[in-house]
Amino acid sequence: MDVTPQEYAQLVRAQSEPSPLGRDMAWAFAVGGAICALGQAILEFWKAAGLGASDAATAASMTLIALAALLTGLHLYEKLAKYAGAGTLVPITGFSNAVAAPALEFKSEGLILGTAAKMFTIAGPVLVYGIGASVVYGLVLAALGA
Amino acid sequence: MNGKRMGVATLRMARPPRVRAWAAVGGKKERDGPLGAQFDAVFPDPLCGEQTWEQAEVHLQKTAVALAANKCRLPVSALDLMLAGDLLGQCVASSYAARGTRVPYLGLYGACATMAESLAVGACLIDGGFAQRVCAAASSHFCTAERQYRFPLAYGGQRTPTAQRTATAAGACILTAAADDRAPVRLTHVCFGRVCDLGVTDANNMGAAMAPAAYDTLRTLLSDTGTRPEDYDGIFTGDLGATGTRLLCELFARDNIDLRAVHADCGGLLFDSGQDVHAGGSGCGCAASVLCAHLLPQLADGRLRRIILAATGALMSPTSVQQGESIPAVCHAVVLESGEKR
Repeated sequence: MDVTPQEYAQLVRAQSEPSPLGRDMAWAFAVGGAICALGQAILEFWKAAGLGASDAATAASMTLIALAALLTGLHLYEKLAKYAGAGTLVPITGFSNAVAAPALEFKSEGLILGTAAKMFTIAGPVLVYGIGASVVYGLVLAALGA
Repeated sequence: MNGKRMGVATLRMARPPRVRAWAAVGGKKERDGPLGAQFDAVFPDPLCGEQTWEQAEVHLQKTAVALAANKCRLPVSALDLMLAGDLLGQCVASSYAARGTRVPYLGLYGACATMAESLAVGACLIDGGFAQRVCAAASSHFCTAERQYRFPLAYGGQRTPTAQRTATAAGACILTAAADDRAPVRLTHVCFGRVCDLGVTDANNMGAAMAPAAYDTLRTLLSDTGTRPEDYDGIFTGDLGATGTRLLCELFARDNIDLRAVHADCGGLLFDSGQDVHAGGSGCGCAASVLCAHLLPQLADGRLRRIILAATGALMSPTSVQQGESIPAVCHAVVLESGEKR
């Protein structure tokens, strides 16, 4: 018996196991929250070490980025991310992982055409649209401010 | 029209070629699965001692071919033809594995259906008298497939429950002419599949994309040969996974055919549910290694008398998926029988 694409789409929906959203969200909330709490602790550490508020915030971001890149290299970040999902993707650590992972993976194609050229294959869109949006924001701000 | 074509698309071998020898190799996760002990060789190191993942896959395929040839006490160079395929762009794992063998080579691409495709093409060539000894092989590697189709290994992402895991494995069979009375398995029928597409666009649900192709080819084969599922000791699909298996059984249920009693899926046999492979195994090496590690030995000693191997392949590329195209799929089937004669 022949099935139409519409009938089949219904069948696929009925037979495909959905993602466990409750569990995924609980993990994302817990791990994402823990990363942010860690960030706050690092921020307090840099303040206590004598940095000003703005420098301490920059140093905290840099520390998180370095930690995430290290965990990526040790193949630990992806093990946590498997459970944490958006909890490890959304914080700045996710961006670090998205740059470090292709840089490592494509090392086999050389440092120029592999590591350097492929480094931004995942994070590139965030940079393009992030920088693009900030340019538009800056123009709007300049126009309104003037 | 000669007498080898039956019905719509099934080819009946006039003098059924034999499967003389076979070998399966796998990686660590495959070794830890239910079929682990049945592999001829396993490589716990995902790089197999090589420098890159791609070289590792070449190593897997070369090892499988060499082991299979060795079992019939033949040097690889004594083969008439190599028919092999894999998932990599331009089919490089197979081409590099064939490099240096000095054996005529055809690279095949049928995605995860490649093993059935290479067996089927090889059988036709032998039955046609164009070759006496043909090697049919296929391979896949989790790490080469991930970087080509999905994300770098170290990237932190989540998979959906319908996603499947590419097997790090290879299988190779040596097919010989019907006169070879030392070969324990016969290949009696071939059914090349049509490309089917019912509009599935989710690349994380390949089982759903491929189930209609499996249904189409199996229905054609059963109807062309006038057989029913219960006439076989097993109908083994390649890599539909849990989701695709449910959909295939559902499609047959609409024809009032209960496939569940005789059906098993290679993607479900290779790993068990505790191995965190979501819907099951996939990749050219999945059906190839399950056939060579698990099914052919049972056909050889008579535990299985007659089976269908219906390997399914999703024929998309990363580009076609990004361009929003739905995923076409194909399923090629071969009928394998135990013993000397029927």
